[in-house]
Amino acid sequence: MNYNITNILQGIWKLADQTGPVAIMEVCGTHTSSIRQYGIPSLLPPNIRLVSGPGCPVCVTSSADIAAAIALASLDEVIFTCFGDMMRVPNGDVSLYSLYEQGRDIRLVTSPLDALTIAQEYPEKQVVYFGIGFETTAPHTAVLVEKAAQAKVRNLSILNSHKTMPQAITALLQNESSIDALLCPGHVAAMIGAEAFAFVPEKLQLPAAIAGFAADEILAAILAIMDLLHKQKLDCVNMYPQFVTPAGNRSALNLLYRVMEPCDAIWRGLGSLPQSGLQFRPAYRDFEARTRFNIEKTETTEPKDCLCAAILRGKAIPPNCVHFSRDCTPDAPVGPCMVSSEGACAAYYRYREE
Amino acid sequence: MCLAIPGLITKIQDGEATVDYGGVSKHADLSLMEKAALGDIVLVHAGFVIQILDKKAGEELQKLVKATLDVL
Ligand code: SF4
Repeated sequence: MNYNITNILQGIWKLADQTGPVAIMEVCGTHTSSIRQYGIPSLLPPNIRLVSGPGCPVCVTSSADIAAAIALASLDEVIFTCFGDMMRVPNGDVSLYSLYEQGRDIRLVTSPLDALTIAQEYPEKQVVYFGIGFETTAPHTAVLVEKAAQAKVRNLSILNSHKTMPQAITALLQNESSIDALLCPGHVAAMIGAEAFAFVPEKLQLPAAIAGFAADEILAAILAIMDLLHKQKLDCVNMYPQFVTPAGNRSALNLLYRVMEPCDAIWRGLGSLPQSGLQFRPAYRDFEARTRFNIEKTETTEPKDCLCAAILRGKAIPPNCVHFSRDCTPDAPVGPCMVSSEGACAAYYRYREE
Repeated sequence: MCLAIPGLITKIQDGEATVDYGGVSKHADLSLMEKAALGDIVLVHAGFVIQILDKKAGEELQKLVKATLDVL
């Protein structure tokens, strides 16, 4: 938004002089990535610590869902479609990428609607779309399903792994005393609205700010948080109002909840969180790929010694992991946090000091 | 994955917008933001327009931040 960064930093340092140690958690992978890219921690006073939370959809997708994706992509009749960052998530020795190298028909999409186009192009095949992400992508999947239903496209189904952010934040930070404030995800808020984050000050008793993604926007949100802490005020300030309205994108949410409803979901590292996932409503259940192809549920297993679970909870940082930058790199990731550029391990790796 | 990018709507046709991102143009579906109009700056995420820029709200916030810094 073109804030004067020097002024903002001066403000932060001044307020930090008057507080003890402060830990601010960001729960959005894009924030994690921006924070590392712009070297924001090095600009902040030493008593302000930024902690990464469970904000990358790739990282929180359970290994059971990755196993289901691999099982579906291995079927002869299936064209499997997904966003690029899901390709390299390993499940044991296999990933979607390794299947692709073996000649399986796996295609990257940049919009879920691409899956519909492919399904119409190949009526003799079954097209499966891997639906992952929070409120920023779940409505897109709902549009895909409605359009497919309207066009009577029968050879398209969804491996639905969509999740909702507020429930995860609540599960993570309830009874948690090591975090003092929250940096809320601007693009999720653009969808669900600033009001949807009122639970942070109200229920979790933490001050919060909704932030954009440029360096100055993140710093302005940190200033807002320091101001709240200083005034001992419990509030969630909307520091991204140019795109985040109080109620969010109501028509997108109406559409989403016309097609899906809340359900319990398993998050990598966090386990099963009540009502934190989205499943198809009965009228749309035929679109669920697991049922259509009879995919059995597998146990969730984390790679050995991978600290992703602790990292997603804000209890460890990537360099604490024995694999970090040794045998776990973005080219050969051991765990999911190293896969997406928005994963904490990948962000630390990319912007590490040599 | 959840990064949305702002761009300018230069054309609307059949529920689809053409969005210009400083020289690169791409299509974006309007199902999630039907009221978006020609000339709007919009947030686009994974092929869909998800919000419209509210310039006034941004300007007001900027003033507020300035006021906060003045009293510090
Ligand atoms: S460095 Fe690799 S193995 Fe270690 S926590 Fe990160 S992703 Fe997991």
